[in-house]
Order: sequence, then C-alpha cells, then structure tokens
Amino acid sequence: MSLLEVRDLNVWFDLQQGGELHAVQGVSFGLDAGERFGLVGESGCGKTTTILALMGLLPPIASVAGEVWLEGENILERGESTMSPHRWRDVAMVFQGAMNAFNPVKRVGEQIAEPMALHGVAEGAAAKRQVGELLELVGIPAARADRYPHEFSGGMRQRAAIAMALACKPKVLLADEPTTALDVMVQAQILELLVSLSNDFGLALVLVTHDLPVVAQVCERAAVMYAGELVESGPTEALFHTPRHPYTRLLFAATPDLYGEEEVASIPGTPPRLDRPLTGCPFRPRCDRAFGRCEKARPALKPVADRHAAACHLNDVPQQVPA
Amino acid sequence: MSAAGSGNGDAPLLEVEGLVTRYPLPRGAIGVFARAPQRYVHAVEGVSFTVRRGEMLALVGESGCGKTTTAQSVLRLVRSDAGAIRFQGTDITTLPSKQLRSLRRRMQIIYQDPYESLDPRFRVRATVEEPLLVHGLGSKDDRRREVEEALRLTGLDPPELFLDRYPHELSGGQRQRVAIAASLVLHPELLVADEPVSMLDVSVRAGILGILDDLRRRGLGILMITHDLSTAARFADRIAVMYLGRIVEEGPAREVVDNPKHPYTKALLSVVPKRDPRQTTRPEILRGETPNPVDVPPGCRFHPRCPIAGEECKATDPELRVPAGAGPAHTVACIKA
Repeated sequence: MSLLEVRDLNVWFDLQQGGELHAVQGVSFGLDAGERFGLVGESGCGKTTTILALMGLLPPIASVAGEVWLEGENILERGESTMSPHRWRDVAMVFQGAMNAFNPVKRVGEQIAEPMALHGVAEGAAAKRQVGELLELVGIPAARADRYPHEFSGGMRQRAAIAMALACKPKVLLADEPTTALDVMVQAQILELLVSLSNDFGLALVLVTHDLPVVAQVCERAAVMYAGELVESGPTEALFHTPRHPYTRLLFAATPDLYGEEEVASIPGTPPRLDRPLTGCPFRPRCDRAFGRCEKARPALKPVADRHAAACHLNDVPQQVPA
Repeated sequence: MSAAGSGNGDAPLLEVEGLVTRYPLPRGAIGVFARAPQRYVHAVEGVSFTVRRGEMLALVGESGCGKTTTAQSVLRLVRSDAGAIRFQGTDITTLPSKQLRSLRRRMQIIYQDPYESLDPRFRVRATVEEPLLVHGLGSKDDRRREVEEALRLTGLDPPELFLDRYPHELSGGQRQRVAIAASLVLHPELLVADEPVSMLDVSVRAGILGILDDLRRRGLGILMITHDLSTAARFADRIAVMYLGRIVEEGPAREVVDNPKHPYTKALLSVVPKRDPRQTTRPEILRGETPNPVDVPPGCRFHPRCPIAGEECKATDPELRVPAGAGPAHTVACIKA
C-alpha cells in the first residue's frame, strides 16, 4: 500500500443561491515515500480544492466524501477527529502565496516555531535549535531566524514558508503553485530544493501547478485535472509523448517551449460550470476529436497502458490514432 | 489598420539611446539634517534599442532588472534622467505635456492584469469607446464602427455578443482582448505589452499572443515586456536580455536562444523548464539573487554572480558589441564573450 492513497474523493460546495457546486469529482491517486506527483490543470479545475480536502482545511460550506488513506489509516473517516492528529505532523502544505502570508511584525524564526509548539514537537531552546536546522535545510543561514519577513527577499520568504511547512517533519508535502510568482532563476532554486527534499529525506511531494514544464521537469508522475476530475494520469513522459486524452495533448500544445518549432495554439472555449449536472464528456465542447458517444456518455478513467490511465472514449475505439 | 506613419519615413518607429532613469531614495528627516548624500535606485542605466514597424522586441529579465521602467520611460510615464527617445525620428524625451497627448494616441500600453485594468462598472462598449471620447475623436457613428472593428480584430466576433457585457461576465482571456481592443481604437503605431499573458490560463495565452502577432504583421511595432523566455523565443522577432538596468545581450530571437553568448543569458536559458520530461538539461543555477540596484557592483555589474568572471571583469564595465561567432545584429556586453 502506498504512503498516501486517495480514493474516490468528492467535494461539493453549498451555494448561497441554493444548489451545489461539484468541485472535485471522484479523484483517486496514490503516492509513495520520496515520490513527486504533479497535479496540473487550468484555474478552477479543482486542484487546490483537492489538496485542501487532504488537509481537512475546506470551509464549512464544503461536504467531502471518499477515502484518504495515510499509512493504512483512513484519515477522512471521522472528519476532524481523525484528520487533526495528522495535519502538519504527517501531511503539510505550502499555500499559494505563502511567502506573502508571514506576519510582518514577528520574527521569521518565531513563526516557524509556532507549529512546533502547537503540535508538541518542540519548545524553547529545542525549538530554536530545530528552527535553525530547518532554515539551513532550505538554504537560509540559521542566524536569519531573528530577522523580520521584510528583510527577506521573495525567494527567501518562499524558502522560509517551506521550512515552516516542514516544522513537524511531515511525510507528505502538498505544494500549491510554489513557484508561480517567482523569477525563473529563483524558481529553479526552489524546485531544486523540493527535489532534494524528496530525494534525501523521502518526502512525498504533491506539486499543484498550471505550469506543465515545471511538472515535466520535477515529477515522475502526474495527473491532469479538468472540470473536477482526473482525465489522465501516468508517468510525465507518457503524458507528453503518448497522451491518451485530447486535453492533455492540447495543454502541451498551448505551452510554448524554448526550442519548440510547432504552432502554439490556445484551446477554444471555457471549462463547463460545475453547479449543474454534466452529461457526456465534460471536455467535449472544446475537444477537436469529439464524436457521437462523447455527447451521451461520460468516459471513466480507465487503464490504457502500464500505470497510465485516461478518461476518453477514443481509447475504446479500435485502430484509433492516439489522441 | 494603416501601418504608414507620419513624420520621418525612414526612421525606425522607436529609437532609444542611452536611456537612464533613476528613482531618488527617501533620505528621511535624519538623513536630510545630517546632509547625507542623496542615493538613487538605478533602475535603467544606459539602455539603447530600436523597434521597427512590424517588429516585436521582447525585453526579458528578472524582476527589478528595469524592464518595466524602460517601458514607462518610453511612454513618458516616468521622467528619464538622460538619453534620447525618438519616435518616428522625433525626439520626444523632453516634449512638453501638451504635445504628449497627441503622441500618446500613437503609443499604447496593455497591462498584465485584465482583472484590474478594466473598470468593473463599464460595459465593454463603454470601455473600448472611452479612449475615443478622451481624445474627442469621431462622430457617434464613427465611434461605434471603430469599437466594433477593434473588437473584431481582437477576436471578439461578432461584437454584438460582447458590447453590452460587463467585465465580470467575461473570462480572463476575453478581458485581455477587451483591453487590447481599447488600445487599438486609437490606431496606435507602437504597442507596449507589459507581461500580457502572465495572469492568464495556459489554454488561452496562445490566443492573446496570436493577436499581438497578427497586429505585428499589420505593421504595428510591439515592445513586449516579459519574464518568460519561452514566450519571447516563440513570438518575438528580437530579444533584449536585461540585467540590473542594462541590456546585456540583444539579437534575433532564435539566435539569442540557440546561440547565447552572455553568461547571464546562458544561465537564464538553462533554468527554463522544458515541456519534454526526457529533455533534461543541466540547469546552471546562479546562487543568491540579483543585487540591489541602489548599490550597483563596479565593473561588469554581473561579475559577482558570473561563473566565468575574472579579475578584469571587476574593473571593466563592458559595452555591447558583436562577439566572435555571433550572427548578424547580435550584440553582447561581456569582455569574455
């Protein structure tokens, strides 16, 4: 069994005007220690909601169903009572924009020590020593613990945010767009740090981003999300070279590459609204290969190759050209 | 859209020479009393480039390198301290504000964030018509035609579908199209695009860049500010790489990407993630961060982070020149290149 196993996760939000929005629709994936898994898709596809559900940090208007197995225990089983012992201690998260969320009037070191005290990991001198170690681990001199957030550059604040998430030595780190607001050189430094954390300490990493090249270079496996569901998952190499869902292919084609010669094309249309039931394939209106069946039946995520699954009817059609 | 501009026919659309823009640092009360010397943020320190009609120049670099200040100086949104800005052969560096008004019709800017650059209370029709009203152009019918034509040019076709919508009824990509349309109604000859797609979803970016590409083909000169080298490589004719207020390398886009000569450009290119997981390059990650533009290092400003810097680099401030093994019109500011 994997370190983390998500099974058939569903999230609904109650809407003010009545009705519900089905933000996450039957998402399943697994993760081993030291593995780096990417979750990619456009804004609003449910990536962030998915990982917030794994942390039990969704607002009260959300209802969650499904199973989240952590080392053989379903931490979603009894809501907060089974979730809270693991939050930050086993599963931690770096929020989008975390580098800008430090309290400006408190020293960085004190803020990193807070979760340690809160979860009874360390206090006082021991906490101070561990804060120093954590800072060094993410590439910041330990002496900087006494500085204030404004004395840090953006890249250093992002490192500090990662250090804070690692305060209770979690096994799984969920990182939401950890490099989105950063320059390409600082992005490279942060990605290098995340890779070394997983390689050297066996940290399992879920990297949530809209940036396909980042996932291609950092993660061994990834899943593409669309309209709340996983439409394709597999090794990143397979997703790029032999995509089995048109959305995956079109997303890569919409991403300019430094050395790519082919036409960069946007994907026409917009994702469907999730506050009403979907019939047929959610991607059909934007798909360049849709056919009769796509309108009637919603395709399920099915294995198409070794560790590679896709939710597209084209994969059932014999002698088809790969999507 | 007519490409032929007025004024000096042969001169490049935009010529910038030795541009310097500094921002004074506040000294504070103590500093003033103690007669501390006035210090400056050296945002742009001697930048020269040209943009021709039908050409897209991408100004690339990390935050704080001075690319946005350069664009703002060109548009006379900030006052520059030295250098010359010539628009169609006319020096506009010190043009009085009265004459700036007619100039601004001919050079327009689109901003990064279409969620903030559109007035939420204005319908699309009003947003796109506004510049015409400000400049007192055209009859009511003329303006209606101009607005519809601009919307068509940006792919919001048929215009009737969009004219009466509010920004909140539009997607991010559609909002950016409206912002571009609002700049096109004035028939500008130069368009400055400041990170035009970085706030947008990947799936719609190519559409916006395609519009800019189309406008370029129609004869507009485009100055694109971006931190995204892949976008610059794919869409720009020329790339100028900025570091700490200077252009350190400039040339045809493909040439700069395929045959970079400056160590900073090489490092930047090496850390751009590639789409293909099999294409693993060895990233050459520069340590530390760009120095503060208040205390610019002496000699070559890149030398403290440069992997090949020698003693001479601490003393010589290199000028842009054509290095050995470079293609035509490719210049680099490095004495070791």
